[in-house]
Amino acid sequence: MAPRLCIKCQSSKAMLKRPKTQEQVCRECFFALFEEEVHETVVQTKLFKHGERVAIAASGGKDSTVLAHIMTTLNARYGYGLDLFLLSIDEGIAGYRDDSLETVKRNELQYGIPLKVVSYKDLYGWTMDEIVAQIGTKNNCTFCGVFRRQALDRGAVLAGANKIATGHNADDVAETVLLNILRGDVPRLGRCANIITGEDSSLPRVKPFKYAYEKEIVLYAYYKKLDYFSTECVYAPFAARGFAREFIKDLEAARPMAIIDVIRSAEDFIFTTASEDKLPQPRTCERCSYISSQPVCKACVLLEGLNRGLPRLGVSRTRGRRGEKAGLHPDVERIVTTQAASAVRWTAPGVSVDKEAVGSSSHGIVELAAAPVSSSSVEPLPAVVASCIAQPKGEEGCAPEGASATALLQEAHTGQGQGGSAAARAGDTVLGLEGGHVNGSGG
Amino acid sequence: MVRVHIEFSGGLELLFGNQKEHDVDVPVQDGNQGLTAGHLIAWARDNMLRERPELFMKGSTVRPGILVLINECDWELSGAAESLINDGDCVVFISTLHGG
Repeated sequence: MAPRLCIKCQSSKAMLKRPKTQEQVCRECFFALFEEEVHETVVQTKLFKHGERVAIAASGGKDSTVLAHIMTTLNARYGYGLDLFLLSIDEGIAGYRDDSLETVKRNELQYGIPLKVVSYKDLYGWTMDEIVAQIGTKNNCTFCGVFRRQALDRGAVLAGANKIATGHNADDVAETVLLNILRGDVPRLGRCANIITGEDSSLPRVKPFKYAYEKEIVLYAYYKKLDYFSTECVYAPFAARGFAREFIKDLEAARPMAIIDVIRSAEDFIFTTASEDKLPQPRTCERCSYISSQPVCKACVLLEGLNRGLPRLGVSRTRGRRGEKAGLHPDVERIVTTQAASAVRWTAPGVSVDKEAVGSSSHGIVELAAAPVSSSSVEPLPAVVASCIAQPKGEEGCAPEGASATALLQEAHTGQGQGGSAAARAGDTVLGLEGGHVNGSGG
Repeated sequence: MVRVHIEFSGGLELLFGNQKEHDVDVPVQDGNQGLTAGHLIAWARDNMLRERPELFMKGSTVRPGILVLINECDWELSGAAESLINDGDCVVFISTLHGG
């Protein structure tokens, strides 16, 4: 085939066919088009405000490296006025994360923006390798996703950021839409295609690459010779997302616009009032004050499971089938009815718990939080977490100004804040829907 | 025989003995006009791949999600699997199937 000229500039040889638009363009025009489209997305969706301090979630992988490059470029070119820095999470996966962190350290030098690293070990006391050794490889991605989400928030708060930017691309969002449909996760389905999530919170998250095709990100990085790390997480072969990814890739091969179409469909989903009532309302976790849709946030539930040697805690569902009452997970029920006092949990030292609140009922994890615990076995929150707990938003659980993190926790535990007895929290507390937006390529 | 310089990246190199760059001589079948990209890929799978062929090929072509560049040009411009590979050409396979 005779070499064609670029359809845009008509002067250089066409080097690639844009997966998104099928246009045949040269390298320079491709760069310009790609960058321009991201800029348009940023402007039209009002992604940033002048002067914001933005944490770029960076893993050293293709998306986050290109994101760091593009954000730095556009920030300078169009005068966004943003204070950018790189935020990396060390999950403690040998042979994967330690190598990719080296890449981010190089990115710090290459783009001239500072780097902050936060580790699971520091925040939670567990590395992913230790977690997998404990629970196996079936639900480890759940742990990693939930912990990483919170770790990013904690790290961003520690570094004084107003916003987090992640490198999620169009393929990622389309895969997530599919996953949520397959799982019947209605609340997540309504949120997952949003370009800004948590805009009412103190730390919204944005996805500047929401409409950028993964192939284009890779081609951009290749032609620009950007330095990125490209090995799969060692636990990835076990992830459910792999199936969604395979499907999306096949769809793309058949009809490239399918990816954008899936995203547009999700954007247009309207949920009827009946299902809206079931949507969980944001509140704060009683243990760590992180944002949560349940009384105890998912990360705390998962950690409880890890620390007690109950791998299924927080992972398996307790919602009953139609016609049946919701039941407690067998492990939880055992603890509640025998009132085990040897639990290790995070709480303010010396806090006592309302013993009357304990009893067997179908309120799932709420009972666990109220189980009596001897004061000698309580553990204070790791200092790094306690120091960066943000003030909870909203009327519930508001502490007077200047209250310390310990006081906040104390309030929550003695039920003076948003508390009330367990019985008051009636309803279907499913150990399923919670905070973490589990995703395969988060950083 | 057609001499081809092949590069693997994006994690694909792990399937090919952890080696990113290879220089190979690929035989052309009698009766064919030349070496097509599709034929090169099948040859690479049969002669160079150390493990997990399903991660490189699906059916008779590369797994969706693997980009192919011939002399820095997207193979979509030259007919994809029907593209002709000439002596001395450089073919790059980039996998996009990993975390970002």
